[in-house]
Amino acid sequence: MTVQPTSAALAAKRILIGKPGLDGHDIGAKIIALTLRNAGAEVIYTGLRRSPLQIAQVAVDEGVDAVGLSILSGSHKELVAQVMEQLRELKAEGIKVFVGGTIPAEDQAHLHGLGVAAIFTADMPLDSVVRALAKSLA
Amino acid sequence: MSARENLPQLEPQLRPVSPSGIEVPVSVGPEAVQAENIGVAGEYPFTRGIFPDGFQGRLWTIRQYSGFGTAEESNERYKFLLEKGQTGLSVALDLPTQCGLDPVHPMARPEIGKVGVSLSNLSEAEILFKDLDLARISTSFTINGTAAIIYAMYLAVADKQGVPRSKLTGTIQNDILKEYVARGTWIFPVRPSMRLIADSILYSNEVSPRFNPISIAGAHVRDAGATAAEEMAYTLANGLAYVDELQARGGDVEKFAKRLSFFFYVHMDFFDEIAKFRAGRRLWARLMKERYGVQDPKAQHFRFGVVCGGSSLVAPQPYNNVVRVAVETMAAVLGGAQSIFTCAFDEAFQIPTEFSAELAVRTQQIIAFESGIGRTVDPLGGSYFLEQHTDRMEAEITKVMGEIDAYGGVVRAIEDGWIQLRLAERGLERKLDTDSGHNVIVGQNHFKKADEEVKVGEVFKLDPTVAQRALEKFQRTLDTRQQSEVDRTLARLSVAAAKDDENLMPYLVECCHAYATVGEMVACLKEQWGEFKEPVNL
Repeated sequence: MTVQPTSAALAAKRILIGKPGLDGHDIGAKIIALTLRNAGAEVIYTGLRRSPLQIAQVAVDEGVDAVGLSILSGSHKELVAQVMEQLRELKAEGIKVFVGGTIPAEDQAHLHGLGVAAIFTADMPLDSVVRALAKSLA
Repeated sequence: MSARENLPQLEPQLRPVSPSGIEVPVSVGPEAVQAENIGVAGEYPFTRGIFPDGFQGRLWTIRQYSGFGTAEESNERYKFLLEKGQTGLSVALDLPTQCGLDPVHPMARPEIGKVGVSLSNLSEAEILFKDLDLARISTSFTINGTAAIIYAMYLAVADKQGVPRSKLTGTIQNDILKEYVARGTWIFPVRPSMRLIADSILYSNEVSPRFNPISIAGAHVRDAGATAAEEMAYTLANGLAYVDELQARGGDVEKFAKRLSFFFYVHMDFFDEIAKFRAGRRLWARLMKERYGVQDPKAQHFRFGVVCGGSSLVAPQPYNNVVRVAVETMAAVLGGAQSIFTCAFDEAFQIPTEFSAELAVRTQQIIAFESGIGRTVDPLGGSYFLEQHTDRMEAEITKVMGEIDAYGGVVRAIEDGWIQLRLAERGLERKLDTDSGHNVIVGQNHFKKADEEVKVGEVFKLDPTVAQRALEKFQRTLDTRQQSEVDRTLARLSVAAAKDDENLMPYLVECCHAYATVGEMVACLKEQWGEFKEPVNL
C-alpha cells in the first residue's frame, strides 16, 4: 500500500533537514528526510538541538541546495529569522529554505517575508511536498 | 499547494486486519477462547483488571494537563483549580528546564516559558508552590532528562514548607528511554541516565514512599507512528530495562515494582486498544512473576494512565474529534485504565479554549455516569472475539519484544539508533497509508467537503515579558544566594557522580537547597558523564 513518491528533478539535489532549537519532536523531520531520500535526493539530517549557526554552517560546508527546518515548539519566527541571518552572513543566500511543523496560518506570511520558499504542515500529502520541492529547486 | 490536491485513490472499506497487523476474522466462536488466559479480575495474571471491584471500587482519575508562563502565573492558576475542587496538579515545564539549560543559555532564550513553566532553581519552585499544602495535593511533573533534579527540588520545597517528605504524593515521568526514541529531551548518555533514574526511584521508595517516581510511557512512540502492539512492546521492554537497572543497583523488586506505573495513548481502533491493555497487563504480571520471581500481587500490578486523542485528532472538520475522543475514552475504560486524560477537540491546531477543555471533561463524566460501561469490571471479558484478539495482541507484542531482545536489548538498540530508525520508517509508512486513503480519516482523506474552512478559535499568545522576567529573577537568585555554598554542594555532587555506587539524590537535594541552578547541576554531571551522541543514521 505504501507507494513512495519519486522525482527526477530531485535526483542530483543535496538537502539538509535541520532541527533548530530545543524542540525534540523529530518524527516529522525524519519522515521528510526518508521521503526525500527515497525520492532521489541526497539528504543530510542534523539531529536534535542545533543552533541556527550550526545549521547554516553545515549547509554551507555540505554545499546543499536547500535547507528544511522542522519546528514544533512555537519558536518558528525567531529560529527561522536566525537561520536566514546566519546564511546571509555566510554569503549563502542562494540556499533555499523550507519550513515544516506546527506553523499557524497567520504566521505563514511572516515566514515567507523572511524569505522562506515554502511551508509544509503535517496534513499535506508527502507527494505534494516532493513536488513542491522539485519545482522550487528545478 | 494544498492538502486537498490529491484525492485518495482508495475506497474506504473494512479490511480483515487491524492497524496492529493482527488478522481479524469475520466471525469468531467459542473454540477461539483459551480459558486459562482469562481468569478473574483482581487475580493473577490480571487480564481482567488489577482490582476485583473495578470502577465501582474506585472510578478512574480524571486528570487534565496544563501549565504555562511563569511560576507566579502557574501558582495563581493552581490555586484557582484547587478552589474548584481539583486535587491533583499537573506541571508542564519549559524546554530549557527539560533540557537542563538555564534561561541565560543562548539556546534557551527563544523557548523560555513557552511549552510550560520555567523552573530553573529552588526560588522558582518556592513561588510555584507558594501557599499550597504539599501534604494535601498530588503533583504530577512531565519531566524526564532533569527529572531527578526536579524531584530533588520538590523535596527541597517540602523541606522549606516543613512538610514531611513521607507525606508527598505525585508523579515524575522520569522515563528517559523513550526520550531517546521519540520525545527528544535527553541530556546524558543512556547508561548514566539509567543510573540517575534508578537512584531517584530507590531514594523515593525510602523517603517519599507514596510518590510515583516513574511513569513508563509508550504514548510518545505511539503518536510518532508506532502501532498499538509496538507501543506496548517498546514500553514493556523499557520497563524491563528499568527493573534490571534497579536490581543491579541493589533494589528489591518486591518493593520498587509496586511504584512503577505506565502511560499510553488511546487511538481509534477500538479493539486493538482494549486488547492492548488487557494483553499488556497480563504480560507484565507474567514477566514479573516468571522472570523476576515477584510474589506480592501488588508488585505484579500493571497500573496505567492514558491520554485519548493526540495524533488521532485532525484539523479538518474539527467537531469529528469530539466523537473520536468519546470512542477512545470508552476503549480506555473497557481496557481498565487508572487515569484518563481527554484531549480537547481543537488540540490538533490550537491551545484549547475553555469551551473545548470543558467538553473534554464532560465526555469522561458522561461515559462514567451515564453510559454505565464502568459498572461491571471488564464487561467484555469472555467475548470470543476480544479474548482471541487479546491473545493475538499478546503474541504480536511478544514478537516485537523478541526482536528488541534479539538485537541486544533496548539500551543497545537505542545507542545504535536502531529503534529510532524503525520508528521513523513506521511513521513514514503510516503517513503514506494516510496519504493514499488506505488509513481512513474521516474529513481528512475521505468524506471531505469542498472549500472547507477550519474555524480557528483563540490562539495562545505568550506574554512577551515572560522571558525578560525569568531572566531578571534568575539574576536576582545568582546575586542573593551564598556562592560558597553553591560551590561546595556542586563539588560534592561531582565527586559522587564520578563514583558508581553512590546514590546521587541526597547530593542533588543539597544543591537545590543551596539554590544551585538546574543548568549548573546538569553541567556538573555532563562533566563527569558527557552527553548523549544522537545517532543520525537515517
